[in-house]
Amino acid sequence: MGENLTLVQAVRDGLRDAMAEDDDVLVLGEDVGKNGGVFRATEGLYDEFGEERVVDTPLAESGIVGTAIGMAAYGLKPVPEIQFSGFMYPAFDQIVSHMARLRTRSRGRFTCPMVLRAPFGGGIRAPEHHSESKEAFYVHEPGLKVAIPSTPHDAKGMLIAAIRDSDPVIFLEPKKIYRAFREEVPDGPYEVDLGEAAVRREGGDVSVFTWGAMTRPTLEAAENMADDVDVEVVDLRTLSPLDEDAIVESFEKTGRAAIVHEAPKTAGVGAELTATLQEESLLHQEAPIKRVTGFDVPFPLAALEDYYLPEPERIESGIRETVEF
Amino acid sequence: MVRVLDEDGELVDGAEVPDLDDDELVEMYRTMKLARRFDERAVSLQRQGRIGTYPPLSGQEGAQVGSAMALGDGDWMVPSYREHAAALVQGLPLKQTLRLWMGDENGSHIPEGVNLFTVAVPIASQIPHATGLAWASKLKDERDKAFLCYFGDGATSEGDFHEGLNFAGVFDTPNVFFCNNNQWAISVPRERQTASKTLAQKAEAYGFEGVQVDGMDPLAVYKVTEEAVAKAKDPDEGELRPTMIEAVQYRFGAHTTADDPSVYREEEEVEKWKAKDPIPRLETFLQRTDRLDDDAITAIEEDVEDRVADAIAAAEETPRPDPVEMFRNAYAGMPQRLEEQLEWFESVRAEHGDEALLED
Repeated sequence: MGENLTLVQAVRDGLRDAMAEDDDVLVLGEDVGKNGGVFRATEGLYDEFGEERVVDTPLAESGIVGTAIGMAAYGLKPVPEIQFSGFMYPAFDQIVSHMARLRTRSRGRFTCPMVLRAPFGGGIRAPEHHSESKEAFYVHEPGLKVAIPSTPHDAKGMLIAAIRDSDPVIFLEPKKIYRAFREEVPDGPYEVDLGEAAVRREGGDVSVFTWGAMTRPTLEAAENMADDVDVEVVDLRTLSPLDEDAIVESFEKTGRAAIVHEAPKTAGVGAELTATLQEESLLHQEAPIKRVTGFDVPFPLAALEDYYLPEPERIESGIRETVEF
Repeated sequence: MVRVLDEDGELVDGAEVPDLDDDELVEMYRTMKLARRFDERAVSLQRQGRIGTYPPLSGQEGAQVGSAMALGDGDWMVPSYREHAAALVQGLPLKQTLRLWMGDENGSHIPEGVNLFTVAVPIASQIPHATGLAWASKLKDERDKAFLCYFGDGATSEGDFHEGLNFAGVFDTPNVFFCNNNQWAISVPRERQTASKTLAQKAEAYGFEGVQVDGMDPLAVYKVTEEAVAKAKDPDEGELRPTMIEAVQYRFGAHTTADDPSVYREEEEVEKWKAKDPIPRLETFLQRTDRLDDDAITAIEEDVEDRVADAIAAAEETPRPDPVEMFRNAYAGMPQRLEEQLEWFESVRAEHGDEALLED
């Protein structure tokens, strides 16, 4: 039995189940309590679990993450929310200097089992700084895990897996698809393992690797070209650790690849995937690997947002370039 | 400014000696002597290339040992990077401090049962951790633990100082924020950090008490810290748990072995502060009150010499850690890609041998 939930409802369901099964789990952040979060991801939790476990904090990102690190080191399992991923930068020092390194620095005496959640990505006509997709920053930092769900089912299962994980996880929630569609989500806690990609569409001609909100337009592009090209779509789901086996397996089957992400192209995660395929599967490669990405510009305001973000037509053009090479 | 001993080691009018027995007072002196000798040897080891960059603490023994001794068994300490003497009191062997500054993370593998957090290098970044540790203790309904956090005068300019103390006030966490105001943030003087008259007064903005104490008077430091620790655990009605202590003091040496303080400060200033040296001050007091005599001082000096020598020998006898440690400690379980990197590295290592890979 389950419920038809949107992605943001599934996040909330996952938080509730995680808090119900483990008294050490607590949520903290700006407006997460009485207001239930600006996207309503924590709605109802304050009434259910009280102000000590669903904490409205001062408006201070570094303070939120820094105190959460202390709590995690002391045996709690904090799940801080940063209201938008574009506001994580004041906490960047805490994330990379401490959250990621506490285990290494103390040789395991202290660990940092926490999940930093943030709504992420563009496509909602938001003001400046509200549309960022800087997953590569965090993927580049050893000691962190980085998860980006693309479906309600995965959002709940991956969030629970992240909360149960003994290492810190950056959990980026694609807000464009917070309410885009519903999916059957099981009742009660369950895990979707971190580090496992999902093949969303099987195909034999070309492998397209993507994640988060780009999964749906990529699938749409695949359907649009289904008459003449058989596209495989792989949703990576977790960017750190990367599911290298799934990536290599798909590529060695098709010999061609495109990578779709909304982050800027240069030094994006697509570059890492391309290098990995070069290292692992050069002799299977039949065409240049195409990256369909955001451009190397600061994320534009709403009027130009649709030009910036990859959409099905642009994705199809990119896939065709590598297929027709 | 709270004082118990004046610069000549005499009791200040109206001041009371804190509630420490004779053995504890002598132990305070012994630990300060040990810290000073350790510091001298560590600077010398750095000059000889036997340890890496090292941040000296000479001049700050009174603040470190006095405050650390005021912590109870269950209390926690969150250091910055200069609190070798405080960490020693809290239970970290000197050997580990040396190992850390020799470049071995095992120096920061705090022994189980020692309530000491790891050294934090980015300035002020440990302050929110201390607040979070104390907050977690409060959420767990512990009411018998205080969490003391050290930082310097420069740290009070950082955002994390503000955020850490602000959270502590809002959530009323059992913290003692202990500012080692040693007058210099590398080359930048205290006056350039803030136009505030004192650093202690900043506490007022967070809703809790700020206390300025003579940081080169270990008895005064002990007294104010003990009071702050007691308040963190059991505040009076209407009183907030946290306290900020500004311990006014001076670092006699460089910021680290990598800088030359003669470039940015006058020797006269150093001499002026050396007249306030906490060690002779306590020594004079203990001698005048018949707690210490010349024979005892000689015995203590021999003892600390041996203990420092033993720590250095133990640190230098410790072999370089196996490189697999850096792979193993990044995550609870090694990710596949990291395993592959380790496997390749081990093959290269086997091919060339450690001597070829290591610079020295």
